[in-house]
Amino acid sequence: MDTLPLAVTGDDAGPLTPAQLRELYSLMVAVRHLDTSAIAWQRQGIIPGYAPELGQEAAQVGSGYAVDTTRDFVFPTYREMGVARTMGVDMVGYMSTHKATWHGGLYDPVESRLAPIQAVVAGSVLHAVGWAHGQTLEQKDGVALTYFGDGASSQGDVHEAMNFAAVMKAPVVFFVQNNGWAISVPTDRQVAGGSVAARAAGYGMPALQIDGNDVVAVVEATRRAFGHARSGNGPVLIEAMTYRRGPHSTSDDPGRYRSLDEERDGAGADPLERLKQRLLADGAADEAFFADALAAAKAEEEQIRTGIQALGSRPGTEMFDLVFQETTPALQAQAANWREESEHV
Amino acid sequence: MSNSILEGVDAEGDSTADSTADSTADSTVKGTAKNAESPATTVMSMQQALNRALDEVLAENPKAVIFGEDCGRLGGVFRITDGLQAKHGTQRVFDTPLAESGILGMSVGLAMAGFHPIPEVQFDGFAYPAINQIVCQIARMNYRSRGTMPMPITLRVPSFGGIRAPEHHGESLEALFAHVPGLKVVSPSNPHEAYHLLKYAATRPDPVIFMEPKSRYWQKGEVDPGNADPSGGAPEGAKVMREGRHLTLVAWGAMVARCLQVAELAAEDGIEIEVLDLRWLKPIDTAALAASVRKTRRAVVVHEAPLTSGLGAEVAQLITQSCFDTLKAPVERVTGFDVPYPSGDLEDEYIPNIDRILFGIQRVLEYKRG
Repeated sequence: MDTLPLAVTGDDAGPLTPAQLRELYSLMVAVRHLDTSAIAWQRQGIIPGYAPELGQEAAQVGSGYAVDTTRDFVFPTYREMGVARTMGVDMVGYMSTHKATWHGGLYDPVESRLAPIQAVVAGSVLHAVGWAHGQTLEQKDGVALTYFGDGASSQGDVHEAMNFAAVMKAPVVFFVQNNGWAISVPTDRQVAGGSVAARAAGYGMPALQIDGNDVVAVVEATRRAFGHARSGNGPVLIEAMTYRRGPHSTSDDPGRYRSLDEERDGAGADPLERLKQRLLADGAADEAFFADALAAAKAEEEQIRTGIQALGSRPGTEMFDLVFQETTPALQAQAANWREESEHV
Repeated sequence: MSNSILEGVDAEGDSTADSTADSTADSTVKGTAKNAESPATTVMSMQQALNRALDEVLAENPKAVIFGEDCGRLGGVFRITDGLQAKHGTQRVFDTPLAESGILGMSVGLAMAGFHPIPEVQFDGFAYPAINQIVCQIARMNYRSRGTMPMPITLRVPSFGGIRAPEHHGESLEALFAHVPGLKVVSPSNPHEAYHLLKYAATRPDPVIFMEPKSRYWQKGEVDPGNADPSGGAPEGAKVMREGRHLTLVAWGAMVARCLQVAELAAEDGIEIEVLDLRWLKPIDTAALAASVRKTRRAVVVHEAPLTSGLGAEVAQLITQSCFDTLKAPVERVTGFDVPYPSGDLEDEYIPNIDRILFGIQRVLEYKRG
């Protein structure tokens, strides 16, 4: 499906250069390696839990690659590590959410242009609409990119967000990663009509349903959507068809709801392998490049892991100090009481 | 109420009476006398006072935006935003589609973008569809973002009962909101309070649920725009609306006016009731509660919300904690019942009325230990 009328103009108009394709590959390898390592960290007791995005590297890196962090803002769920890495977010700060250090992560969301990680399915989609409308009110040209999944598409907030954005012509790109599964429930038991993209028509909004495992297609689609929204034409919906190759989280057991054969069939070709073959076919990269990219990914993961392991708990006073900008006497009294009693233990 | 109760009070002798020696009958109207005497005051309805406050907030803060269902062209179903769109433009005051979660979720994004959103939920009962955004997002974003993304959102909610409205148009949600970490809750009782509390709430960097007592929208009163508080400070904490020495009535919103009526009636029997307008339901002004009840040694808390786990329980505990040694009787609660808010025909049976409040007072005054 492609109901987006406008072509991309300006700097993003041309095809991706070989250097950009190599950069995308390097990002995808870094994300893949960090993602699979995080599962190992959990098994080793370094972090208590993690929500892997194995198989969604093209969708996440490709869409994050289209973001202009000088003016756009991104609203993630809890499974957008690849987006964060692509945007250049401090990854120790990002992964700290999975170390249970701080819910939203320790990275600076304002600096990073990435809203705090939050765990309410579809919770941040409306925030993107509000932020985007703020751009309209201030006559700025930023675009809000909001992520959600096929499961979240069932939430009322997503529909309210699409309607609000369309009515207000807010510059929002709704980026759906349809990874086939909402924990144990497959898309055909989740999405009536079989497509989230089809719903955009009901809101008078153009939509693109794309191969979410083809990073080039993802970058191009997201750039087109950004161009459309940035030009004052209102929101766009992109449904990137991908596959959650791993479990929902490190606590999940996919064996209870899908077989290995089903996994293999559903997953299709590996998005990294697809880009690798393209780079080789184009003569844009050689084996040495791929080896270097993997080595860099390993070095990066080691650095992040070291950072995560070195990360201590936040001081308990932050529980109290960060609730309000202007604290209350009751909260101060509770903090004082906590301090006194904890010191006596 | 019989004179014997009063005699009992006098005969017992209040050990704390020294602190209130000047609380004679002629001083009981002190709380309101000041405004009436000030030349700068204007008589207006609460609706007008709120409208004026919003007008000034928009003029003073270019980042303030007002929106919600029918807030723009219509001026809101209660006309609180009347004329504001015409004056400040459709960028500052605008209508949204009819979806409360959308309105509140959008507020989060606007706050992230540096705005001061002043959304309206048209009626109390329609805050429920937005609870997820209020509780899981607005209340937590400052915390989640480690203080980098404050939520200066002033959510106006026409609240409480008393206007013979349909179902879901007369709810009292203060306990629900007050229970949520990260929210502050305030309710004005008269036009003066409405003007100052809204102006104050709408300049705070934290989310404030502003509960407007819709049954008081059309009641007029003196508003002194230049004088927020008798103390000369910001309108924070509770406020003594009438001084007394025998018992403290604690109330907020529309119940304050009713308690003042009750105090007037009780005064005919020589019972001097202090009426404390709590104003801020979170944070609760525990010092003011303690100061009043240490003096009167008796307290009745009055609210429209259902009894069980209502804010009256919190107030009673705070009083007990600070005044246990001197309390003459357990803190009494006069409240709505643990029933869904009834239809208009039965509304007067549900909302605490003068008689029920007097009965509550009587139970406290007649209480004997042992």
